Amino acid sequence: MSGVLPRAVVIGASAGALQALSQILPELPADFPVPVLIVVHVPADRRNMLAPLFQAKCRMLVREAEDKEPAMAGTIYFAPPGYHLLVEADGSLSLSSDEEVLYSRPSVDVLFESAADAYGPNVVGIVLTGANPDGAQGLRAICESGGTAIVENPADAYAGTMPEEALKACPKAHVLALGEIAAHLLRVCPA
Amino acid sequence: MSDIIEDIEIRLLLEALYQRFHYDFRDYAQASIRRRLRQARDQLGFANFSALQEHLLHDDDMLPRLLGYLTVQVSEMFRDPSFFRTIREKVVPHLRTYPSLKLWVAGCSAGEELYSYVILFREEGLEDRTLFYATDISEEALAAASRGIYSLDRIRTFTENHRASGGKSSLSDYYTSAYGNAVFDKSLRDRVVFSDHSLVTDAVFGEMQFVSCRNVMIYFNRELQDRAIGLFNDSLMRNGFLGLGSKENLRFSRHADAFTDFVREEKIYQRREQ
Ligand SMILES: C[S@@+](CC[C@H](N)C(=O)[O-])C[C@H]1O[C@@H](n2cnc3c(N)ncnc32)[C@H](O)[C@@H]1O
Repeated sequence: MSGVLPRAVVIGASAGALQALSQILPELPADFPVPVLIVVHVPADRRNMLAPLFQAKCRMLVREAEDKEPAMAGTIYFAPPGYHLLVEADGSLSLSSDEEVLYSRPSVDVLFESAADAYGPNVVGIVLTGANPDGAQGLRAICESGGTAIVENPADAYAGTMPEEALKACPKAHVLALGEIAAHLLRVCPA
Repeated sequence: MSDIIEDIEIRLLLEALYQRFHYDFRDYAQASIRRRLRQARDQLGFANFSALQEHLLHDDDMLPRLLGYLTVQVSEMFRDPSFFRTIREKVVPHLRTYPSLKLWVAGCSAGEELYSYVILFREEGLEDRTLFYATDISEEALAAASRGIYSLDRIRTFTENHRASGGKSSLSDYYTSAYGNAVFDKSLRDRVVFSDHSLVTDAVFGEMQFVSCRNVMIYFNRELQDRAIGLFNDSLMRNGFLGLGSKENLRFSRHADAFTDFVREEKIYQRREQ
């Protein structure tokens, strides 16, 4: 095994995602040592406004993920609306237009399960606010392969269902307040 | 890390599928293939992929069931309406200059994309001079495509898409409703050839003015994408058009130089002159 240093951070969020991510992503430095892959549930017919929106606030590069591109350190990738985002064993990204999972495409579970396969213990999975169970199975997969799991404290979350379900599936996950997550990431992913 | 044994089993299973039945999924993007195979394993009730493989090799009805999982059929008429609007406004004027046309819809699934083109070409007065080729590796999908029957609950999306694509008539002009289904007019198929064709294992079969291959190559790894794009390159006449899915592009392909961006944001390319 290649030790415990993460090779990627994966994040899933739904209702309340923008406010939650706004408390985390701008805190990360331009040279954050791993890629950050994010699924936010947005309607498929919207052009992705997330990347430009966050690029304006963040020091890391922010982009919408493209099929077959390598995931680079220092970069935040959002799944495009209407497509699942998956990561391959060689660290490249792929998109798929498979069926929705739990009424969602992109799906947090799909990203997280592929990240568990690709990175094993070397991945940090974070489930944030949301009003559905997406992300729970995926976080379980990350826990089972020895990765680090973080869940936003459901009590403070804008919508508590997603973090609650994730905690049920992965009881040993760290429960953190939104304001603590960036600092925690900087500790587990040292530059 | 994904289980080493599982990786071995998946590789062997895909090899068996290829050697025995000539369906080649070996160079598909691994992460989504693995996801779909796990679904197949669990829903078909096997403890592991080796058990599934044994049945695949010895049990006649396992192949279609497994293929059902491997070739996911997700489609929509006039999917990404701005793509079809661009075809109407920017590509059709070029196509009008040809006395006869061939259009190839590669990976046509259950026909939604094909009918979108046929309807668009009819509305633009090009249908009569066009031959449409609709190909896929899934027999089930091809059969559904040649039936042209879709559940009525999908029609609202299709209708909205058609309108947003600049449709010149009402989508309801092209189908009749029966028993919860929309049955598309069979005259829409008068000029269509349906055929089994794999972008992985089969060759070029004609010279086209337009190739549409949307949301198929995202399932391939880079080498396989290159092979498919090579086929399109060989198949297209000079200045012929290639339309890809909204999240696909030629950037990583070694054939990228053979094409120019025609409308970049819609992923419509044109084969270069030389
Ligand atoms: C997601 S659907 C895309 C349908 C349609 N083109 C669209 O964009 O709406 C992918 C299709 O590709 C087909 N396919 C998969 N592998 C293929 C191959 N090697 N050659 C041709 N078609 C393939 C599948 O059977 C499926 O019908």
